[in-house]
Amino acid sequence: MNFTNFGKYILLLKAVFRKPEKTKIYMKAVFQQMDFIGVGSLGLISIIATFIGAVMTLQIAFQLVSDFIPKTVIGSVTRDSSILELSPTISAIVLAGKIGSAISSEIGTMRVTEQIDALEIMGINSPGYLILPKILAGITMVPLLVIFAMVLSITGGYIGGTLSGAVSPSEYIQGITTDFNPYTITVSLVKAFVFGFIITSVPAYEGFYVKGGALEVAQASTRAVVVSCIAILACDYIVTQLLL
Amino acid sequence: MIEIKDIHKSFGENNVLKGISGKFEAGVTNLIIGGSGSGKTTLLKCMIGLHHPETGSVEYDGREFTQMSFEERIEIRKEIGMLFQGSALFDSMTVEENIMFPLNMFTEQPRSEKLDRVNFCLDRVNLEGKNKLFPAELSGGMKKRVGIARAIAMNPKYLFCDEPNSGLDPKTSIVIDELIKELTEEYNTTTIVVTHDMNSVMGIGDYIMFLHEGKKFWEGSNKEIAHTDIQELNDFVFASRFMKAAKEKF
Repeated sequence: MNFTNFGKYILLLKAVFRKPEKTKIYMKAVFQQMDFIGVGSLGLISIIATFIGAVMTLQIAFQLVSDFIPKTVIGSVTRDSSILELSPTISAIVLAGKIGSAISSEIGTMRVTEQIDALEIMGINSPGYLILPKILAGITMVPLLVIFAMVLSITGGYIGGTLSGAVSPSEYIQGITTDFNPYTITVSLVKAFVFGFIITSVPAYEGFYVKGGALEVAQASTRAVVVSCIAILACDYIVTQLLL
Repeated sequence: MIEIKDIHKSFGENNVLKGISGKFEAGVTNLIIGGSGSGKTTLLKCMIGLHHPETGSVEYDGREFTQMSFEERIEIRKEIGMLFQGSALFDSMTVEENIMFPLNMFTEQPRSEKLDRVNFCLDRVNLEGKNKLFPAELSGGMKKRVGIARAIAMNPKYLFCDEPNSGLDPKTSIVIDELIKELTEEYNTTTIVVTHDMNSVMGIGDYIMFLHEGKKFWEGSNKEIAHTDIQELNDFVFASRFMKAAKEKF
């Protein structure tokens, strides 16, 4: 995003947070979006989190071949990596692809078929009506998905580690329960909140200002995913720097 | 009544509108005509606030629109109905939900009353019983009629139609034209139709504004248009052999 785009993005957000015309209709849209973003992504997040946990455990076990390092460390490293980095960041990047492209193409198509103009003519604040429910759903459902991903990632680590024999069940459980710092959950949820905002607002911006036709809508979707991923990684660094 | 004064609009170096003024009265069908790129859709978009003119004013019954704040514009926009070139129906909603949408947003009526209004509007455009269909299940003409039904759902004082006949067969075009004219006279709306359909011009053009290269070249009625000597207008209106033959009979 160059500075012009960033300025337009901020102005769009200002319009998004105007007072809704009718709260009841907005709330209905929020629940629909929560279903789409949250429930609709459960399957994908489950598969990815479980496999990442399993693979991570195997790789840590492979790298920690030393008599001086107890095998319980495998569980501890898997736990902290899952909670602090992999669950929020990988989930967010995957969701940026799934949800971001859908949001961008939905709003972009509405733009090129004049549906957004129709909303404006009716006197409806179109950024608010179209984008606010998505942002609210994003900042509530992405943290919930991340919690879900944390649990499944650690469980995946257990399954992968014990099935392969890299770590015994008791060593793994001892590892994940030793020296647990609950603050890591807070950091992870702050990241998830920020990522939820990015995943919904950046693609909405890309879609909202589309000009042209089907080709431009597709280009906007691609751009939305790319920009969202870069923004997620940049914010990941900033939040980590600020909170840890 | 809508009055526009000295509207200028540019896109970069391209001056699309070069000082257009005019009055559009209530209860008559006002047409804005002109060739492709003449600025008619841009003028329409300036009038409804989708484009911001560089200079000039748009007055809705004496209320200056261009200088209004977002909140003030909303009050005017509640009085506006618009039929878009591509109908602009909301894909994810049924016909009934499309028409009920502005009622849901801006009224506190019970659902039964809103449903009555939806059925009345559908009946008015001869689409009774089509409530549960989605836009993808409708023909082009039906989409236009649903667009009109949605536009009149809130009893608008001002009705705008952007090329209502584009993509329609001649018979359906006449149905749409007659519907627009009937609604205009029945509800005394200020109706502005942007078109380059000559059947519409001759059929419903109570007042016609002809734009050429971003300027107003001529204004008058469909009865006067056949007798004008303006070359640009004659080249536009009587471009086809059929229209030339028709002119000779006037």
